[in-house]
Amino acid sequence: MESASRLDQNGEPTLQDFPYIIEWREDRCTRCGRCTAVCPQQAIEPAVFAQRIVLSESSTPVPTTVRRVMHGIRQVRDVERYCTGCGMCSLVCPNMAIAPHYNPRNKFLFYKNSGGSPYKRGGRRNDPSPSTLDRLKFTRISMLTDPALDAGRHEFYIRTLLGRILPPDRLPLKVGDDNRLVVGDGAFIPPVREIFPIRIGSMSIGALSPTMWEGLAMGVTYLNEVEGIPVVMCSGEGGLPPRLLRSRFIKYFIPQIASGYFGWDEIIHTLPDMVEDPCAIEIKYGQGAKPGDGGLLMAYKVLKLIAEIRGVPMYVDLASPPTHQTKYSIEEAVAKMIQSMSMAWGFRVPVYPKISGTKTARAVLNNLARNPYASALCIDGEDGGTGAAYNVSMDKMGHPIASNIRDCYLDLVRQGKQNELPLIAAGGIGKTGNLAANAAALIMLGASAVDIGRYILQAAGGCLGDEYNRCNLCNTGKCPRGITTQNPRLYRRLDPDKVAERVVEVFKSAEIELKKIFAPMGRSTQLPIGMSDGLSVSDRAIADRLQIDYAC
Amino acid sequence: MCRLSAITSSSYFSPMENILALETMKEGHDGSGMGMVLKDLGGPFKDLKDYPILSGSCTDRGLDMLDDYMQAADFQVKYSWEPKIRPIPGIEPRDHYFARAYQYPEAYQERDQAEKEDLLLETRLKLRSMGERDQSLFVFSFYPDCLTLKEVGDPLQLADFFGLDNSCLEARIILAQGRQNTNYAICLYACHPFFIQGYSTMTNGENTAFVPIREYLTSRGLPGYTGYNSDSEAFTHILHFIHRQLRYPLVYYKDVITPLKDEEIPGRKDAEALGLLKKSLRPLCIDGPNVVVGFVPDGTVFMVHDSKKLRPGIVGGSEGKYALMSEMCGLDRAIPQRDRSADIFPMRYDMVMVTPNAQEVRVWNQLHG
Repeated sequence: MESASRLDQNGEPTLQDFPYIIEWREDRCTRCGRCTAVCPQQAIEPAVFAQRIVLSESSTPVPTTVRRVMHGIRQVRDVERYCTGCGMCSLVCPNMAIAPHYNPRNKFLFYKNSGGSPYKRGGRRNDPSPSTLDRLKFTRISMLTDPALDAGRHEFYIRTLLGRILPPDRLPLKVGDDNRLVVGDGAFIPPVREIFPIRIGSMSIGALSPTMWEGLAMGVTYLNEVEGIPVVMCSGEGGLPPRLLRSRFIKYFIPQIASGYFGWDEIIHTLPDMVEDPCAIEIKYGQGAKPGDGGLLMAYKVLKLIAEIRGVPMYVDLASPPTHQTKYSIEEAVAKMIQSMSMAWGFRVPVYPKISGTKTARAVLNNLARNPYASALCIDGEDGGTGAAYNVSMDKMGHPIASNIRDCYLDLVRQGKQNELPLIAAGGIGKTGNLAANAAALIMLGASAVDIGRYILQAAGGCLGDEYNRCNLCNTGKCPRGITTQNPRLYRRLDPDKVAERVVEVFKSAEIELKKIFAPMGRSTQLPIGMSDGLSVSDRAIADRLQIDYAC
Repeated sequence: MCRLSAITSSSYFSPMENILALETMKEGHDGSGMGMVLKDLGGPFKDLKDYPILSGSCTDRGLDMLDDYMQAADFQVKYSWEPKIRPIPGIEPRDHYFARAYQYPEAYQERDQAEKEDLLLETRLKLRSMGERDQSLFVFSFYPDCLTLKEVGDPLQLADFFGLDNSCLEARIILAQGRQNTNYAICLYACHPFFIQGYSTMTNGENTAFVPIREYLTSRGLPGYTGYNSDSEAFTHILHFIHRQLRYPLVYYKDVITPLKDEEIPGRKDAEALGLLKKSLRPLCIDGPNVVVGFVPDGTVFMVHDSKKLRPGIVGGSEGKYALMSEMCGLDRAIPQRDRSADIFPMRYDMVMVTPNAQEVRVWNQLHG
């Protein structure tokens, strides 16, 4: 019998308070130790158990009690070493003897603030309910009255434009002597890129491991050079490898500048040696996963390569403040930074801001609509992912992307500028795996393109995270897949060639799926931007809010 | 799929020719409506070319409303034509069908053509909105030397109904369409051809890009881009926007509604302009299966297809008379005496244009410009 004082646990959590509970089978376990070695959290450890067994060894029952010592696996009840449910233990187990199980009745958030430090994690909003995007259906099927297009046979144009597009009355066109239109002299024609409408959104070298980033970059390059699918990728804040900056492949990349300006010293110094212009420049003002929050690359992630690219010493915390410190207001920041960045590349490169989804997005939009150098607006909704943020920011801050992008598009329509300033939607696209369908839905709501981040990490790198708070260890540098870590022992788990292969597979299949959506709707020669009559939803409130049909 | 019948000639002809051509293509229309626009009018309108003609139909109440409004706006009736209606079972007659030539208001008589045209458009839209709620007044066009007739019914029966076989009505260009209404409720305003400020087109097929096109057009700030009871009305407005508002040559209509692929553009002499145009007018790209037949104010009549040529179309005839039809049987009926070997079956890159007075037919190839 334990003493009474031992029952006073001072609020120590029970296993049932944890988000994931390890189920371990003694009968299958060979005690090889692989699971305890691989666990990124050290949430399980070898343990010694005292066992009382009733045995009978004679031909007739003669029960005797035997006490023996048994070796096994125990789940730790230290909240800092909680089981994240990543499942690496089950992945390495040769005998299927161990697996974590989600505990929906967990009280994790009641405990995860020890030392007065709120819960921080990577990943995205822990909300597994169907998103608005997943509820949208494509219901305008032209087959009913007309021959539908054949996704396999007809030509399709699954491309979009990134850049400021001049309205026809501002095009410097005149009718020449031979009754043909000619371009007059002197007018500024903003740069416009033709790209695939699904882009890889901003994830930095630093947030991502070298192998993951390299894999993505190789995949994107292959898609452009070999497959002819002009997929582009944003660098995230933190610059680009100097070799890439000087290569002709830089045209497939979008360097991002954010409030820490990391990496830009290198970029500016490389400018004279660049043989191609980058696809565009993204100025980050906000991020859907953590609106109003800055970024932080932890010191232990700042290894040699990162330090060189970012132009900082090794092993120091790299904080990007929530705001651009050198500007008074976003209006001013947007105007000045767009101007500066445009000028740096001789006005040959589209420059656009990225903001987090917000009710005030239209204010930024209207500001941009009047700025002749603004090339687009990227809005990152609340379901966007991140490498590190406070849990409260991720779960509770931000705006859903669907109505945000719709409001902005309809605002542009009211001004007649819907074709002048492309809207790029991000945040939760492909959250449940429906990449092409989510992308197509946003396009029909008015987006010119969409960004993906978490989806490609999951599809190409095997990221374990989900909306049940599985894994989500990106901020700790202990990513068990090697995707968001700078620890060579971890990132060597990831083969960049295989990542690249998966990137190519993902985009090729997304293109086919987009055709399969657009073909029955009779759309093939232009992306159906704003074709809202193609969409329906079985929720009246969503239908009214998005100004689309209600269907049930 | 509706059937289209357009004839252009150097001499005046009766709209019965279009109707009989439509009759041969009857398997493509189902009595859900017939519309026709006549341009370059003969008969009683031959000497009234400078006077705008208001075409429509109305109830007695609508007629009073019309008269009151036009009087207040200082439009004086110069000549009024009404068909002699013959009762036909199944066709519900309205009280009045009219085509009235008006004298411009005193204040506008010295104004330039553009201002006059804006006045005519504004007046038509006002009249339309006055009669729209109780359907007491329909107005289809208000423009010099153009007349429109529309009614729900079979084209041949409607010709009988309007007495077109004995009518003095004739013109040098006539567009007519027999409808096969598949998408929406039958509505007189959804009946092709559509008309705006001297431009008219008719279409068959489905405008799958209708909503983005409508949003683009209605956000141009031009009051005439309204209606859209039929998704195909957008095609007329695109033509008007390209040719009248932006003043681009007619062939660029084809370049806007079915732009070349990027790799095809460098083959054109105007490649640079074309690249800009394609991006700038991207929302006006049509995507559905369509053939568009129409005319512009100078009397050029054209036929153009969607970028995959998913609808039939044929153009044939000889100097002085050409027909642009959905099917060969229609062409055979309209112009039986012609060199059939010279018939044109426009393909996806082609824009077929018959010059004013039906002098010659030209096939403009988009690839080569």
